[in-house]
Amino acid sequence: MSSTGSVTSHVLLGLLAGGPQHGYELKKSYDEHLPRARPLAFGQVYTTLARLARDGLVAPAGQEQAGGPERTSYTITEDGLAGLRTWLTAVEPPAPYIAGTLLAKVVVALFAADAATARDYLVAQRAAHTARLRELTAQKADPATALSDIVALDFAITHLDADLRWLRTTLDRVAAHTVAAHTKEGSP
Amino acid sequence: MTTVSLEARGLVRSYGAIPALRGVNLAIDEGEIVAVTGPSGCGKSTLLHCLAGILRPDAGEVVYRGRRIDTLSEAERSRLRRTELGVLFQFGQLVMELSAAENVALPLLLAGASRRRARATALSWLERLGVGQFADKLPGQLSGGQQQRIALARALVTEPRVLFADEPTGALDTLAGEQVLGHLVRLANEQGTTVVLVTHDPRVAGYAHREIALRDGEVDPTGLGFAGVGAGAGVGIGIGAGAGAGKTAAGPVAGTTTSPTTPSNALGAR
Repeated sequence: MSSTGSVTSHVLLGLLAGGPQHGYELKKSYDEHLPRARPLAFGQVYTTLARLARDGLVAPAGQEQAGGPERTSYTITEDGLAGLRTWLTAVEPPAPYIAGTLLAKVVVALFAADAATARDYLVAQRAAHTARLRELTAQKADPATALSDIVALDFAITHLDADLRWLRTTLDRVAAHTVAAHTKEGSP
Repeated sequence: MTTVSLEARGLVRSYGAIPALRGVNLAIDEGEIVAVTGPSGCGKSTLLHCLAGILRPDAGEVVYRGRRIDTLSEAERSRLRRTELGVLFQFGQLVMELSAAENVALPLLLAGASRRRARATALSWLERLGVGQFADKLPGQLSGGQQQRIALARALVTEPRVLFADEPTGALDTLAGEQVLGHLVRLANEQGTTVVLVTHDPRVAGYAHREIALRDGEVDPTGLGFAGVGAGAGVGIGIGAGAGAGKTAAGPVAGTTTSPTTPSNALGAR
């Protein structure tokens, strides 16, 4: 099971822990709880449910046909609850490798690019981060914004803030290093 | 059409031999919320004090609604601050011996309002900031976030055209700070108040419509200390040298200090 697939499965198990739901309801509650996540396709809900049913983590719990198409409700099984508990209590290991496109690009910009290119890139990157931060902050400050939305916005804002601080610190650090190196060179 | 509320023209201000502002030019529109950002010591508080008429610049002009205010007498500037400008600091501006309502009523009483009217207006502002239930409490009985909302009520009670806020959430935890900023921005937008928000925190700056970054006493349009490095100057990230040289090296000495043998190496150091 891929790691994103695993996350989706466990979120669906978590939603079913509150009571049986059919696919369409699950898709709606997923979007409600994780409103800023990449949207979950209906197809993915059904394939995930099928896999969970195959593994005995959920079971069909009756059908419903109210004018529309036939819908199967699913309920979480004892095994499903145990699996959910295991997932919830397992500590997410902090990422073992320090990597990311932003990190890679800034490092390459600093050592490989000519100054004008590096500067233009860094300034544009900062502007893009700042603009996004402002946009998300405005959405967060809107009194109509729901709690689950605010939680997701906080996550994004905090990460943008961390990127911006890191960018600033990196430039200051490189500068201090450069100055120190030249002071050393310059003194007899 | 938008009208300019505040303008700085070539503002220079030093503390003894140490320059804090080295020629700041900016214009802020009516109703605009601007974040003045930059590392500590970049001159942002000095700029705020000059714009608010608290400090006099050594050179340059401060123009408020088309009128020069840096040349006004202390009494005239003080009157302006009482009537048209509001100021919110990080902490410590409430009178600890007075209740929340009395603190908020104070500027109105100083402006000659009747005691009854001042109290009624103060209470309505406390309500708008969600701290109406604390009207008769002393500041010492309240949390930092509640105190700061009361201070904000006091800054806004005279319905100033411009609100100056210097790190208004610097002493608060994230959620309390968020509440203060949420109220500040909402009320400013409702009242059409111009806001000059000084902060070093990108998350706080996120509440503003626009950012003015300062660096070593000058406006830094790049926000990263690259100002002054000519475009395509072909210098190493002596770029970096400019950003970090601080006050000791005048401005971005930049690539000029970078080893000439590595002109294309942006790090400028091996």
